[in-house]
Amino acid sequence: MSLLGILGWSDIIFVKAWQNPSISEAIAAGAGGAAVLGALGAAVLVTWLGAWRTLWTGWLTSLDHKKIGIMYIVLALVMIARALIEAVLMRVQQAAAVGDPGFLSADHYNQLFTTHGTIMIFFMAMPFLTGVINYVMPLQIGSRDMSFPMMNAVSLWLTVGGAILMMASLIFGSFSTGGWSAYPPYTGASFSPGVGVDYWIWAVTLASVGSTLTGINIAVTIYKRRAPGMTLFHMPLFCWTALAVSILMIFAMSPLTVATAMLALDRYAEFKFFTNGDGGNMMIYANLFWLFGHPEVYILILPAFGVYSEVFTTFSGKTLYGYRSLVLATMCIAVLSFTVWLHHFFTMGQSAEINAAFGIATMLIGIPTGVKVYDWLLTMVRGRIVASTALIFSSVFLVTFVVGGVTGIILANPDVDYQVHNSLFLVAHFHNMLIPGLLFGMIAAVQVWFPKAFGFRLDERWGRISALLWTAGFYLAFMPLYAMGLGGAMRRMRSWADPDWWPWLLAAEIGAFLLLGGLATLLMQFWVSVRNRRALAVPGGDPWDGRTLEWGTSSPPPEYNFAVVPQVDSRDAFTAVKAAGRAYSAPETYEDIEMPKATMVPLAIGLLAAACGFGLTWHIWWLALLAFIGIWGAVILRSFQRETSRVIPAAEVARQHEAWLEMVRGLPQTPRRAGLTPANSGRAEQGEPA
Amino acid sequence: MTGPRNEEEHEELRRERRALTIGAVQALILTCAAFAIPATGLLTGLAALAGIALLGVLQIAVHFRWFLHLDLRRSHRHDLQLVLFTVLIVTLMVGGSIWILFDLHDRMM
Amino acid sequence: MTASAHTRADERAHIGLTQREGEGPDPDEAAPIIFGFWVFLMADLVLFAVLFSVYAAMVNGGQGTAPGPADLFDLKIPFVETLILLASSLACGKASLALKWRHDRGRLLAWMGLTFLLGAGFLVLELRDFIQLATEKNAPPQASGWLSSYWLLLGTHGLHVAAGMIWLAVIAAQVVLWGLVHEVKLRIMRFALFWHMLDIVWIAIITVVYLFGVQS
Repeated sequence: MSLLGILGWSDIIFVKAWQNPSISEAIAAGAGGAAVLGALGAAVLVTWLGAWRTLWTGWLTSLDHKKIGIMYIVLALVMIARALIEAVLMRVQQAAAVGDPGFLSADHYNQLFTTHGTIMIFFMAMPFLTGVINYVMPLQIGSRDMSFPMMNAVSLWLTVGGAILMMASLIFGSFSTGGWSAYPPYTGASFSPGVGVDYWIWAVTLASVGSTLTGINIAVTIYKRRAPGMTLFHMPLFCWTALAVSILMIFAMSPLTVATAMLALDRYAEFKFFTNGDGGNMMIYANLFWLFGHPEVYILILPAFGVYSEVFTTFSGKTLYGYRSLVLATMCIAVLSFTVWLHHFFTMGQSAEINAAFGIATMLIGIPTGVKVYDWLLTMVRGRIVASTALIFSSVFLVTFVVGGVTGIILANPDVDYQVHNSLFLVAHFHNMLIPGLLFGMIAAVQVWFPKAFGFRLDERWGRISALLWTAGFYLAFMPLYAMGLGGAMRRMRSWADPDWWPWLLAAEIGAFLLLGGLATLLMQFWVSVRNRRALAVPGGDPWDGRTLEWGTSSPPPEYNFAVVPQVDSRDAFTAVKAAGRAYSAPETYEDIEMPKATMVPLAIGLLAAACGFGLTWHIWWLALLAFIGIWGAVILRSFQRETSRVIPAAEVARQHEAWLEMVRGLPQTPRRAGLTPANSGRAEQGEPA
Repeated sequence: MTGPRNEEEHEELRRERRALTIGAVQALILTCAAFAIPATGLLTGLAALAGIALLGVLQIAVHFRWFLHLDLRRSHRHDLQLVLFTVLIVTLMVGGSIWILFDLHDRMM
Repeated sequence: MTASAHTRADERAHIGLTQREGEGPDPDEAAPIIFGFWVFLMADLVLFAVLFSVYAAMVNGGQGTAPGPADLFDLKIPFVETLILLASSLACGKASLALKWRHDRGRLLAWMGLTFLLGAGFLVLELRDFIQLATEKNAPPQASGWLSSYWLLLGTHGLHVAAGMIWLAVIAAQVVLWGLVHEVKLRIMRFALFWHMLDIVWIAIITVVYLFGVQS
């Protein structure tokens, strides 16, 4: 028993590549090197900018929901870069491996599709949508913060802890080869003896605990911290989707936590949950995983629906068509999502009537989703359209998502599903749902709320180039997979025997490169915008003639969001204020504001959790135990701390707010049609008909 | 150091003490009854299982009512929404899982 | 929900927010904390529900060649365990009353102490039972899928009890240190909810695991 558990020299990726040189190993070592250099580069950059103190006090220890939201999104962008490169690598391998083994070893290829899926779901999609909700929702309901700021930061850092484990697997040892769903018995100790599955277990466990806590936080915030007059039916639709998502997070993460715990007990302590023999039953795992997995799909998609609702109404200059039907549809989808999980394993062997029941339930979800699509279309009809990047992404979503929805209805039929189960048709379908239905929504959200967070717009030209590349890339990469899937091509294949598929594979490869180009141009857009931030500045804080409360405060908003908590009388609260000519008028009185103090406890908990997961993965028991005790020790010590907030005096609030109002009143009013030009001052023309 | 401050509060305290006692006594009776079924063999087979299940559900209701003070008429609306929604989700998850897994088991035999 | 319904709903205190009018933490600040804890409890309850469904699936076909429920269970132990937990719940209820009505630190601490001791008694019995199962009765969790699920379900409940006891000890220390300040009061209220909720899980365990187990 060594001090480092089962971790040895030859587990380090660089040593491994040195010992058995091959293209596959060289790529793995290159990825490990990129992770190390990336971390070092970030550290050097922060040092060069002299920003360690700002980073520590302003960000890493901050409990401000806006900072936490931005950090979530940064995490998502880092992780999407890795997972998208992995996707490109897989497509290149596949196109090169027709009647040929290609250049990636089977083990390496299997790790790639596992990390790609795990990262995209747990460390790209989840942090992205959590970040957007974190940033936007409290502002939209007129709250100063989330209900539990400390727990909010703990959720973030637990997720980061999981992401650290994912990155560590690039350097130490290797990752699971069992796919993102990690079905046993393949992932059990007898078939996957290495550390890969353990990395998966602990990374996913940290992320899922973080999501449960986030769900509680979002739900309680929406229930308890709405501004006076902000009834549930006065809330912007994005907040409704956030509420639905939080409910799903609260109730759907538990089955995943149980499933990963059971898999861990099987692997570490020889329990017999999913083994072959001794009464083990892997079907229980499939059932548990999708009890979580299906609501998870709606966790991913609903926030994007919320974003699209905001985009269509804002950039059409019209109130949302069918608000109540959209709310009802959102809530129906949330509840129905708990009734369809079996459609992920129609072929497991249960009776036909069970398949039929779940197939029908699945098709039912198409109804509320269809309602939404019509509502969005009708919102745009006869609107005063401003073709911003956000609206372009949203429009592409509308068309593309319907295609994905239709293939979903096809798959919901158990008879058809038997034919295309585990084929590329399925892969095409869920990418067709998640790329437009999640990623485009989150990118649109960044386009819309970036000016709120940083005070300047994003460059429209690069935004459009990016939208074009994402769109073209998506169609080129995934439409061929529908065809191949119908032709019998299975998913997760490293190489192919049938030369007829080569043209499709080539198209998919080019599509994958275009998607990578989409990400690159998106990052380019950030860079160009930062460089041109003077020309893009929107100091007024309302660049899009916004309809909801967040546009009525400064950009970036003060730590306390609103100098005076707004009184709300209707939907589209800020539009109403503007129409009444009451925007930017000074309040009569100010009050002291109590805000939480920064603390390093959440960061410590996240890092200790990562250490605990690393210790468990490598059987370094002392590390795991110490880290575990450290986590709970930190929680207990924190409970003995009583001075956890500080007061911002009313005079200080008044000074800041009055100065801002003074500045805004001096700005020229921007007509809607000039919203995408440098003339946009961030103060929208007032008094237009709503 | 400060007990009830007025007659109204005296009444409230009495009510709360009584609730605790009622809960404890009912829970005790139901527990004993449930354990009595296998101990005495009074009921057998399906009837015994149904009896045990019924007593279990009753006792859970008793705990919710008297220890957790959940009251369908008097509780906070949010609490009720939350608990009832949880009951719905738990029913869907447990009921669905048992339906699926028992069926799979039958077909494997 | 309309505006008026919304205010009506908020007039009532959340379940478990036990304090007299004009005392204790500001209801506006306390309500989200208590409600948030309820939401957490429901997530936890779903976790147990999932464990129960695993258990049910394992009882029906996961027993392998290892001993089954009818061979292993002796109802005397769970019966005594149930009585102990009931008594602990009663003590916890008394502690809540002491908190609400007396502001008497000594009496509160005494009831909290009794709650703790009864919890400890339960754990000792359960641990003895576990050791006996694993050694004398040849029924460790590794013996079959059903036993794995039994140990996981009971173990998760036991861990909750143990965690609750550590929490209770921390709160007691804070009562001694600071007296009945608002944050400590809120912690006692949340602990009470947690403790009563664990009882409900236990009732489900004796019903589904023990009583069904010896019956079928």
